Amino acid sequence: MDMSFSPEELAFRDEVRTFIAGNYPAELRGIKTRAEMTKEQILLWHRVLYKKGWIVPHWPVEYGGTGWSITQRYIWNEECARAETTSLLPFGLSMVGPVIYTFGNEEQKKRFLPGILSADDWWCQGYSEPGSGSDLASLRTRAVREGDHYVVNGSKTWTTLAQHADWIFCLVWTDPNAKQQEGISFLLIDMKTPGITVRPIITIEGGHEVNEVFLEDVRVPVENLIGEENKGWTYAKFLLGNERSGIAGVARSKKAIERLRAIAGAELVDGRPLITDGEFQRKISEVEIELTALEVTELRTLAAESKGRGPGPEASILKIRGTEIQQRITELVLEAVGNYGLVNTPLGEAANSNEFVPGPEYSNMAAQNLFNMRKASIYGGSNEIQHNIIAKMVLGL
Amino acid sequence: MDFSFSEEQTLLRNMVQSFLSDKYDFETRRKIVKSADGWSPANWGQFAELGLLAAPFPEELGGLGGGAIETMLIMEQFGRHLVVEPFVETVVLAGGLLREAGSPAQQEAHIPGIIAGETVWAFAYAEPQGRYNLADLVTTAKKDGEGYVLNGYKAVVLGAPWAGKLIVSARTSGGQRDKDGVSLFIVDKSAAGVSTRDYPTTDGRRASEVTLENVKVGADALLGGEGKALPVIEKVTDEAIAALAAEATGCMDELNKATVEYCKTRKQFGQPIGKFQVLQHRMVDMFMAYEQSVSMSYMVSLKLGESDSERVKAAAGTKVQIGKAGRFVGQQAVQLHGGMGMTDELNVGHYFKRLTMIDTQFGNVDHQLKRYSEAA
Repeated sequence: MDMSFSPEELAFRDEVRTFIAGNYPAELRGIKTRAEMTKEQILLWHRVLYKKGWIVPHWPVEYGGTGWSITQRYIWNEECARAETTSLLPFGLSMVGPVIYTFGNEEQKKRFLPGILSADDWWCQGYSEPGSGSDLASLRTRAVREGDHYVVNGSKTWTTLAQHADWIFCLVWTDPNAKQQEGISFLLIDMKTPGITVRPIITIEGGHEVNEVFLEDVRVPVENLIGEENKGWTYAKFLLGNERSGIAGVARSKKAIERLRAIAGAELVDGRPLITDGEFQRKISEVEIELTALEVTELRTLAAESKGRGPGPEASILKIRGTEIQQRITELVLEAVGNYGLVNTPLGEAANSNEFVPGPEYSNMAAQNLFNMRKASIYGGSNEIQHNIIAKMVLGL
Repeated sequence: MDFSFSEEQTLLRNMVQSFLSDKYDFETRRKIVKSADGWSPANWGQFAELGLLAAPFPEELGGLGGGAIETMLIMEQFGRHLVVEPFVETVVLAGGLLREAGSPAQQEAHIPGIIAGETVWAFAYAEPQGRYNLADLVTTAKKDGEGYVLNGYKAVVLGAPWAGKLIVSARTSGGQRDKDGVSLFIVDKSAAGVSTRDYPTTDGRRASEVTLENVKVGADALLGGEGKALPVIEKVTDEAIAALAAEATGCMDELNKATVEYCKTRKQFGQPIGKFQVLQHRMVDMFMAYEQSVSMSYMVSLKLGESDSERVKAAAGTKVQIGKAGRFVGQQAVQLHGGMGMTDELNVGHYFKRLTMIDTQFGNVDHQLKRYSEAA
């Protein structure tokens, strides 16, 4: 048993730390959420890493990976979180990219992987539908083969940043006579194809990140089918497995607790810093202990993974506890800022009008972050579904 | 022992209910919130006409002779419709302060305007350094001839953008957090030296930061005894807590009903999700949280007139209950609605936001738990 890093790993940590410090775009410093960024800004850090050759450490080397060990990748993610770099869009890098190099043909790899790496193509995810959330396999978007094309009709929802996307990867229903999961196919669709409409969904904190995507007689060339027709569920599950790893967000939560402490150090209760209040201190300690447990659980998962096991259904623990901790921290921040927690920071179009936002800067968005973070226990397979997975796959119930 | 309402009280509730059902559906509210002013003066006029603004005032002050129970009934309905108009700020807080501390002349001068819906009031009590401590004041009022000169900064003054009059708490003597030396002043928002910066709150209301710079007021602006205002402020903010508790129960009941309905109709894995036992139990817990909150809301409304320590325990205890219950019900209503609960389009998220903000107002769970413990 050994939980510490080797000298080589420590040297690697110094190397990446120096790189981040020297290369993280100055104009992104201080920006904490995507809601505050322009489309170009969202891609800035991606482009820096692409140039350096570090954009997809988790991919096989032949497709652009770095060849880092799992521990090195872990260190890399830690250091990024520590430096509060903006998170990279996962849709190409972690979702469709691995599906393409694992299940796509040579032609598709050549055609799509370079655009994912360079961010010349912006991808979005066409999974959920209005009637298919947790029960993803019940989707209703139809794709009917007509000569060299599929004709797609239906709608997708909760499509993150579809407003900027060049491509969407979609689960569609190709065999209406098959049992639910056996009639699904995985299609890549150009967002410029006639018949696609994107409608914004404004979420409760006021931001516009998710959308509905309507597909009406959208003609998709058959060469955009990944793998085999009606085998899409296999690829979909592969993708969802990747989605769950990294969802624990341990390093980001550590940083968030650090910020929480700073806020509690600045806020006063009867003239004394809130951080000296025993009750509040205990609350911070409690969430930090939970995070420590989660961190070691994640390390155990990683260690097993580097020996070729997992990540199995245990990944659901990371999702459940990771999101609960993220949500808890936003609650404590709101508690910490007191009366200024009531304030609304204008987002989206309203954000450009230079509206007055009172209170210390750290109180901005406190309530809105709490509201927004409620999505974390819903997306990526709701936490109830994750409980089901553990019950069924781990406990055998 | 009788928890039923009188005939008049039932009539009042039914009247508010039917008015809001007609005039304050969710889409109408959305338009009000998005309008430039962020509230509906027309609705305010209607509230006056219906007697809502008179309901809790005693008859000798021109009111309808009601009290905390009437406020509770009105606020519960306001909670169901997420009413943004400043009833708490104007009637419960300013009205309460005038009732408790006002001289007959002040009451005569100001209460009729409140009842008639002519003047909106806001209570400027909080300061950035003071958090939830009502006595932690840097704002000062210095004797100046017959009157006073006010200087200071007031934070998150809800309803101030719509108000014509402010009641400002300021220190006339003593140290920054002394219980003695706190005074209340009636200040015209248009008075020289008063400046405000307005902004929206996350629950669809409006608030202001208020700066007071050498604001001169006359002797008649002093509300209650000089330096003796803290007990009055505590009593009246406890009345506001009771009002918010009733509002919270309205929000929770609407959320619970919407959630149960949604879970009956939303199908996943071939059945309504309400058939899943884990979700059934969750909704049972939400229901119990609501019922416990209703109980505390009744209790505090009945106990506002008792001794200070009894009242503080009732109000602080109620605020703890609705803070916890509001958090649980709000978050779970969103969770059980899935992605839909996260949308601005559906009312569910708006109730959740309001419940979260109710916990922030007048001291959150931690603050009120301490207050309760000290009083117990």
